Amino acid sequence: MIDMHLPILLIVVPLVSAPLCVLLRQKTLVWAFASLVCVASLGLASMLLIRVLEEGVISYAIGGWIAPWGIEYRVDTINAYVLLLVSIIAAVLMFFALPSVVDEVSGKQHYLFYTAYLLCLTGLMGIAITGDAFNVFVFLEISSLSSYTLIAMGRDRRALTASYQYLIMGTLGATFIVIGIGLMYMMTGTLNMFDLSQRLPPMFETRTAMVAFAFLTVGMLIKLAMFPLHMWLPNAYCYAPSLVTAFLAATATKVSIYVFLRFTFTVWGAEFVFEKLNLDIFLIPLSLIGIYVTSLSAIYQTNIKRLLAYSSVAQIGYMMLGIGFVSVTGLTGGIVHLFNHALMKAALFLAAGCVVLRLGSSNLADWKGLGRRMPVTMAAFVLAGLSLIGVPLTVGFISKWYLILAALEAGWWPIALLALLSSLLAVVYVWRVVEVAYFQKADDDSKIKEAPLMMQISMWGLTGATLYFGIQTDLTVNVAQRAAGLLIGVTP
Amino acid sequence: MISVGLFNYWACMVLMMIGLYTAIARPNLVKKLIGLSIFQVSVFLLYITVGKVSGGTAPILGEGIEAYSNPLPHVLILTAIVVGIATLSLGLALVVRIGEAYDTIEEDEIIERDIVND
Repeated sequence: MIDMHLPILLIVVPLVSAPLCVLLRQKTLVWAFASLVCVASLGLASMLLIRVLEEGVISYAIGGWIAPWGIEYRVDTINAYVLLLVSIIAAVLMFFALPSVVDEVSGKQHYLFYTAYLLCLTGLMGIAITGDAFNVFVFLEISSLSSYTLIAMGRDRRALTASYQYLIMGTLGATFIVIGIGLMYMMTGTLNMFDLSQRLPPMFETRTAMVAFAFLTVGMLIKLAMFPLHMWLPNAYCYAPSLVTAFLAATATKVSIYVFLRFTFTVWGAEFVFEKLNLDIFLIPLSLIGIYVTSLSAIYQTNIKRLLAYSSVAQIGYMMLGIGFVSVTGLTGGIVHLFNHALMKAALFLAAGCVVLRLGSSNLADWKGLGRRMPVTMAAFVLAGLSLIGVPLTVGFISKWYLILAALEAGWWPIALLALLSSLLAVVYVWRVVEVAYFQKADDDSKIKEAPLMMQISMWGLTGATLYFGIQTDLTVNVAQRAAGLLIGVTP
Repeated sequence: MISVGLFNYWACMVLMMIGLYTAIARPNLVKKLIGLSIFQVSVFLLYITVGKVSGGTAPILGEGIEAYSNPLPHVLILTAIVVGIATLSLGLALVVRIGEAYDTIEEDEIIERDIVND
């Protein structure tokens, strides 16, 4: 019974639980309930991935309305992978949530915080699971609206303006996507992604199809914070509560990248997008420029959360670079990096969150001597930071390896070289933090109490994962390879 | 004749550009939201226009009626309207909070006050 309805349960469980949080109200109770829901989602998502790996594509017709008339949930290797990623992050972060949310969100808003958190989870999973183009927009808005509220709950008043800025940009992006979907519907009369992929090819010559593609792509690029459309991201990540930053950094942009993959490869087809429209000659330079510009901006930041946010934009550049190669190796690199970056960036933001809890500040200047004052947290920060650089035996190395391999495979050694050199910039911005934390003397050199155990569990769980998946690459790389093959193979 | 037939699309594009410009260029936060709403509404118009079938009536079964307009875009837009309202109300709520925190809802003044604080 559960087996048959797995795809819909994954959405319905958090969706129905969210309003229940409002009824519960009591802080710890709401937290316990939300954690239970996240763990249940994780269970469902892992069952789904196992089933997909065994049986292939699962199609679920909602309400028994057969696709293309009804809304279809279509799960294949790639979105099962994304669903698992989102639910793992959501579940692991719940440990961190209890002490961190008490510290950073005002007491009266706790139940609302968890309601928004679950709604955001619903939205993100919905985007990943659905096979209906318009449904993507609906879930996109569910996740976006709840993330605006989550960001606005930050302590600093700038959280409000950051959230507002994100609301404007996010809504513009989402509306661009709707325009694109509307024009696609106009040409084909269908909204089902699979059906669209069958009916679009005869329309490729028309201007409407071109315009639809343009709107859709720009909308998605805003949502996934591709350089130069990333302006909303640094502020939003910087002023949001630590938990929210970690959650959004690890999931929201990743899910948007999945949407990009889905639309470009499955719906439009690589042939149209990359051979006819040559999106890659635009995507690759832009990714590289993005990597350099935002890494350089990261170097000059004085706030750690902001520094990490800029580095996030740079890392998105790597994923887009991998996609731009349009080869199985390149896509594998991009998809693996999607997973790996979620782990390491969440770990880094959690470490920053632990410091914020004890120190009350994420300003670099206040982190002096922190290597001695909070050794455990800083150790996690450094380990996850090594991943960001791409040091061997960490996950960052695996993704960079595949990206560079893909560049060499395509015969573009200058790009491989540029991607390699850009790691040096990551060395610089991670080193800046290390230098301040370990080599500068604090005015007050007393030990600070480490963050509570609950927060340590989340932080070390994710940091451990960055090392584990750096050595044990079977699971991540294999699944990514299968997903990449599927994406490329769908279009002959 | 063709230009008359495409009137809705022209109107939709004009509204879209007005909305987009307002949302980006206006410094007043409420005006930005108004622009955003106009932008979204223009998309509603686009969808509704797409659903129109020449000579078709409202999609209600009736005797002697052959052509119906396509009701699906209407349904989609009902959803989009709900989303638009949610976005607008959330945006306005944020503006109220920003107004309380900064005593202004002009973007340039907000930036100024943040710089002074740093």
